[in-house]
Amino acid sequence: MGKNNYIKCALFLIIIGFLPVFVSNQYYLSVLVFAGIYAIVAIGLSMLMGYAGQISLGHAGFFAIGGYTSAILTKFHNFHPLQAMIIGIVFTVFAALLVGLPSLRLRGHYLAMATLGFGEIIYVTSGAATGLTEGPSGFSGVPSIALAGFTIKSELSKFYLVWLVALIIMILSLNIIHSRIGRALRSIHGDEIASNAMGVNVAKYKIQVFVYSAALASIAGSLYVHHMRFVSPTGFNLNKSILFLIMIMSGGMGSLWGAVIGAAIFTLLPEFLGVFNDYDILMYGAILLGMMMFLPHGLTGLTTKIIQLVLSKWKTRTQNNP
Amino acid sequence: MKVHKLLFAGIITILVLCLVPGCSKKTEAPKPPIKIGAIFSVTGPAAKLGGPEKNTVLMIQDQINAAGGINGQMIEVIVEDDQGVEENTINALQKLIHRDNVVAIIGPTRSGNGIAAAPICEEAKVPLVSCAATLVQLYPGKDISKSMYRYVFKTPQNDSHCARTIYADCQKKGFTKVALITGTTAFGAAGRVELQTRASDFGITIVADETYPADATDLTPILTKIKSQNPQALINWSIVAAQGLIAGQMKQIDLNCQLYQSHGFGNPAYITEAAEGVLFPAGRLLVVDDIDSSNKQYSVLKKFKNDYETKFPDEEVSTFAGHGYDALWLVVNAIKANGADRESIRTGLEATKNFVGTAGVFNMSPTDHCGLADDAFAMVTVKGGSFRLVDAVQ
Amino acid sequence: MGLDSYIQLFFSGITIGSIYAMVALGFLIIYSSTGIINLAQGEFVMLGGLIAVTCHHTLHFPMPLTFLVTVLLVTVIGTLFEITCIHPLKNPSVLGLIMITIAASILMRGIAMFIWGKEEHGIPTFSGDKSVSVIGASVPPQVFWILGVIFTVLIILFLISKYTLIGKAMRATAADRTAAHLVGINVRKIVLLSFAVSAGLGGVAGVVLTPMTLMSFDRGTPLALKGFCATVVGGLGNPAGTVIAGLLLGLIESFVTGLVSSHYKDVIALFILIIVLFVKPSGLFSKSEEAKLKKF
Repeated sequence: MGKNNYIKCALFLIIIGFLPVFVSNQYYLSVLVFAGIYAIVAIGLSMLMGYAGQISLGHAGFFAIGGYTSAILTKFHNFHPLQAMIIGIVFTVFAALLVGLPSLRLRGHYLAMATLGFGEIIYVTSGAATGLTEGPSGFSGVPSIALAGFTIKSELSKFYLVWLVALIIMILSLNIIHSRIGRALRSIHGDEIASNAMGVNVAKYKIQVFVYSAALASIAGSLYVHHMRFVSPTGFNLNKSILFLIMIMSGGMGSLWGAVIGAAIFTLLPEFLGVFNDYDILMYGAILLGMMMFLPHGLTGLTTKIIQLVLSKWKTRTQNNP
Repeated sequence: MKVHKLLFAGIITILVLCLVPGCSKKTEAPKPPIKIGAIFSVTGPAAKLGGPEKNTVLMIQDQINAAGGINGQMIEVIVEDDQGVEENTINALQKLIHRDNVVAIIGPTRSGNGIAAAPICEEAKVPLVSCAATLVQLYPGKDISKSMYRYVFKTPQNDSHCARTIYADCQKKGFTKVALITGTTAFGAAGRVELQTRASDFGITIVADETYPADATDLTPILTKIKSQNPQALINWSIVAAQGLIAGQMKQIDLNCQLYQSHGFGNPAYITEAAEGVLFPAGRLLVVDDIDSSNKQYSVLKKFKNDYETKFPDEEVSTFAGHGYDALWLVVNAIKANGADRESIRTGLEATKNFVGTAGVFNMSPTDHCGLADDAFAMVTVKGGSFRLVDAVQ
Repeated sequence: MGLDSYIQLFFSGITIGSIYAMVALGFLIIYSSTGIINLAQGEFVMLGGLIAVTCHHTLHFPMPLTFLVTVLLVTVIGTLFEITCIHPLKNPSVLGLIMITIAASILMRGIAMFIWGKEEHGIPTFSGDKSVSVIGASVPPQVFWILGVIFTVLIILFLISKYTLIGKAMRATAADRTAAHLVGINVRKIVLLSFAVSAGLGGVAGVVLTPMTLMSFDRGTPLALKGFCATVVGGLGNPAGTVIAGLLLGLIESFVTGLVSSHYKDVIALFILIIVLFVKPSGLFSKSEEAKLKKF
């Protein structure tokens, strides 16, 4: 993890710490909690897409496994939320291996197709397995998350919890990227055949990062149901998987910080598009299409470009006026 | 290539500009208005329900304000769209409760959203008058043996009213073998349970029990399976598009048994040639012209239908518009009687007696937050291209 | 369950299966020439249905004219989509292009909602509602229209691709884009054409389907999902295999619903997709050596 990232992490911590000073309304905090939850998914997915060059169209499925495991175990079987969250991760890892092992050994985007199928299967099953999930209507009364004897119930404490988890995951992920695994991943994204020839076990690394991203989605899913205190299948369909991808793309693929920014923007955006009433889907599509076309490297790409432009202008000016 | 980008940007800009005039601001009233929140599924799969609900509450808001408001104070109804997704319902609730400081909330439209919304309103001590049908939303953990939430009320008739009305009609006609077909939505799932548990009370055997997802459009395989069981009646329970298709598809494969639909069928958009003869329980709003002028609801229904169809000439009034009407008037009456703070409204709602709404006559009590009786439903059929009261046709 | 029920299920399955096949073929054509999985493919079906509604009910066109105008318009929309959204990009990544098709599908849905509203719309069947009896099963005449029109279109497409220069050029581009360019094929034109044909196929499916199941702005995505399954199961490169996979998916769905249970109907196609990916990732109808050369 480079010096640059230490500064960014510190800045991130400061922003998290002081944001509630300016945003004290419960409603905005609640939306920001959702943003933090999605940021956790986005970090994992961004590693999968940006570093392993793979696309997942079914991360809502892992999100759902985490969510449903937490909700069912804590509500009906009196598990501690942390225990339930860990069991959720175990289930998710198992599912991710099941989907990832066969499809990631092959070259190309077979993972995209397999995850698309997987995500929808989880979605339909969560509505059809009424004995386990209470069916399409879902259920409320999921307990709040508790840590070391404290129940984390207020929007403010949930905000801190979720964003601190996001920060920890960010630091962990940055460390992975700057380790041997990260270098291997980048080599895979650069040229899969060449890295294979250099002795990098391509399939192994791809599966590792896929499982990691799925586990993060599971953690986020657990936090999601504890925040909503409710669970139902509608939150876990293909649209959610696509929303995750949109967050990554808009933030800038391959940039973990971009993923966080993308998650924040696309959680907040629909709240502001409310003014367009029935036509927000139209606006949403238009904004998205514009972003994909004109900002292929996302918002982080745009910022970098602007900074470069300003710097070069400034340089030429100082050169011209010695 | 620049040209293409410019062209594209131009199209988008024009689209945006077309939409902007849609959101104009209301003029400021001298005394701050009483804010009432509303959450409906204005878009998404239940848009056909949420759309009329939204139209209705905004229309009634204007009517009340034009008549001088409540004791001289204007009301403002703030409508949020949850697209039928619970996450959005929860965000909208937070927005209305904490940012807009509303005194009460009406909606949401769908049962799943109602179940998600109820505990939040209970905790925040904000009265919620739901427009979703399912009874379980009134109880913590969907457990109707527990005591009811204090702050949650609902306007539509209960699913059990509907199931009983359908089965009673089956019994009268001598049907003993029925087939069930329900949508996999919260509404359909709740209906399925009601129908399953109440069948034996009426001496009815369920010979088939099938489900279909919200986006299903081709039901013929399911109907073929049902046909092989030779039921005397088929009961479809859903609010999704398929309920408009099922009658036609039954004819296509020659399945000729009596089709019953749930109270979710009460939308004029579903009246088709194939739907002639369908039976379903509904509030009397759909059949205003058939009901006797001595009926308690007559004048209320007549006026509301007339108002709605004058204001929205392209639309016929639907049951769901009626749910919006009942919910808002229940709140407004509670404010009139008890005052405009959250606690008084709650007490006022619970004390509602003999309120004549579109769904029936409401009599709330601490143990009944729906307040309707079985007679709120009447058996309705489709005849000659419109909804008709069965008793009036025969 | 008697023979008539099986026949009934067969006709239900083959009808919806032929729609899946059309969508799947649309996926395949664009994929072959560009490497893009066009996730807006289902929206072409939706637009086909809704434009037909306007042509028939608002403009009072007779049915054949409605059909022609609709297919033509959807084709134009598909072409415009390529010209405005896909072509202007410099060095796009495949991931980026897929995301653009997702964004376009959301936008098209939004525009459709803006124009036609949220309700379902229908057009009358092409030749009445009186069911035809086939060995005890009653089959609505629209089923024969759907099957007839779709198979006619498929045969025409097959003949064009086999015997005309443009068809051969399309196949050459699908096999190897760079090589096709080198031998003087105008790849740009072929890409444009592939978008036009794909959209046109969707449009045809939309017009013939609408009389049976009505149409609304949000119908595209579920169809795209099923069509996509069929494309992958068919082997991403084999038109005949894709069509057969589409028909098979429809039939399997129908028979499972009719004979076993309806509760998991929508999972069947996806389940088959996963099984095929695990057991024979190159698809049921394609040689595995070919598949190894694929980019996607």
